[in-house]
Amino acid sequence: MAGNREFFNRRLHSLLGVIPVGLFLVQHLVVNHFATGGEESFNNAAHFMESLPFRIFLETFVIYLPLLFHAIYGLYIAFTAKNNTSRYGYFRNWMFMLQRVSGVITLVFVAWHVWETRVQAAFGAEVNFQMMENILSNPFMFWFYIIGVISAIFHFANGLWSFLVSWGLTVSPRSQVISTYVTIGIFIALSIVGVRALTAFI
Amino acid sequence: MQETKTKTVRFVISRQDTPDSAPYQEEFEIDYRPNMNVISALMEIRRNPVNVKGENTTPIAWDMNCLEEVCGACSMIINGKPRQSCTALVDQLEQPIRLEPMRTFPVVRDLQVDRSRMFDSLKKVKAWIPIDGTYDLGPGPRMPERKRQWAYELSKCMTCGVCLEACPNVNSKSDFIGPAPLSQVRLFNAHPTGEMNKAERLEQIMGDGGLANCGNSQNCVQSCPKGIPLTTSIAALNRDTTFQSFKNFFGSDQI
Ligand code: HEM
Ligand code: SF4
Ligand code: FES
Repeated sequence: MAGNREFFNRRLHSLLGVIPVGLFLVQHLVVNHFATGGEESFNNAAHFMESLPFRIFLETFVIYLPLLFHAIYGLYIAFTAKNNTSRYGYFRNWMFMLQRVSGVITLVFVAWHVWETRVQAAFGAEVNFQMMENILSNPFMFWFYIIGVISAIFHFANGLWSFLVSWGLTVSPRSQVISTYVTIGIFIALSIVGVRALTAFI
Repeated sequence: MQETKTKTVRFVISRQDTPDSAPYQEEFEIDYRPNMNVISALMEIRRNPVNVKGENTTPIAWDMNCLEEVCGACSMIINGKPRQSCTALVDQLEQPIRLEPMRTFPVVRDLQVDRSRMFDSLKKVKAWIPIDGTYDLGPGPRMPERKRQWAYELSKCMTCGVCLEACPNVNSKSDFIGPAPLSQVRLFNAHPTGEMNKAERLEQIMGDGGLANCGNSQNCVQSCPKGIPLTTSIAALNRDTTFQSFKNFFGSDQI
């Protein structure tokens, strides 16, 4: 670590994006999908998550701290890039730009979402089907959620692609092409899960 | 006679008198000749430096050396893309032909830039094979022919700077050394004698401004005039540095 803090930070940023933040995202989307089974099914699933032991410990070390590090360092990375898709309109360069844009959108969305749900819960509000139903009955908030969820999923799926490169798992051009297709598949599948859950509340 | 007289080539050239002065544009129109390239056109302008308004002006400054796309000195932005002006044929370019310096590097004058940072990076990553000693070390290990052919492709780099110009992470806000010197690390680490300093080179690119700054836009591999598999080199080095960092941390054999 000595003398190569940047290398360590970048690798840590990359790792945290997948483990645990990426895994949490997938888990969260899956739990929300219980909303498609009706109010009771969602409330049961959410209640199960809420009643996990050591909840605040889990939340802090699996979600808050990793996400905070990834988001803050991610902002720094995003703003040191000088995007140039107008001159170099290649597919990967677009993905590079969208990875940064979706990161910033996700940050705005997640900050609002945590405020509206987890922070309000700390103040005594109850996070349940009804709460989400109220939030999403406002068309503006509904679209805000759609955009936020899709951008988080895009960011995760495309991030998975670059994670595989950053750690040297996909080296050959062919493996990188195949992982592009696989991550597009993950993007589409998770988007269906996420959007179905949101529409279940209205 | 009259027909050949009317055929001309038009240039819009971004000029800059000193490293710190503001850039400005100047237009030129010269007579067309068959098989012209951008350099022969610049030479034509130099012979008679008069712009389209008929004003006398200074000749344009640019760099060149080999004139056959092996030295990299003549790189500039031609119609929006960084490339070598010696192999940019006028017949294949849309007019007016727009020339700009590669502003990722400090501009010396007009189209001339200072690529010193690239040569400094090559020194930093030890892009050579140390064989000097106080006595004759004898012949080194042999390299398989197939591997030699593979390595030859990586050795074609002419330090032209096009890949740095194309990279969104090489800019004034970052100290990323860029794709070219990274790929050279892969080249010299692949050599049976160069491999003896593999860990040293990897440690160097694990330092600040090194490998980890790559954000995978992959513009470099699309832009390299020599077709060097830069992104494959970067991914391969990502794997090598993953192993190196484990070796360093867990304390097994670090060479
Ligand atoms: C739902 C939350 C998030 C998840 C699941 C996530 C996941 C990921 C993953 C897996 C990567 C790939 C790492 C790599 O390239 O090796 C990544 C990269 C990145 N993330 Fe996030 N991220 C999230 C939130 C954020 C936020 C809030 C930001 C803030 C702007 C951000 C900024 C970035 C940036 C700039 C990169 C690109 C790094 C690079 O290419 O070098 N991310 N993210
Ligand atoms: S890798 Fe290619 S683009 Fe980059 S400096 Fe070498 S020859 Fe030029
Ligand atoms: S003059 Fe050497 S590459 Fe053009």
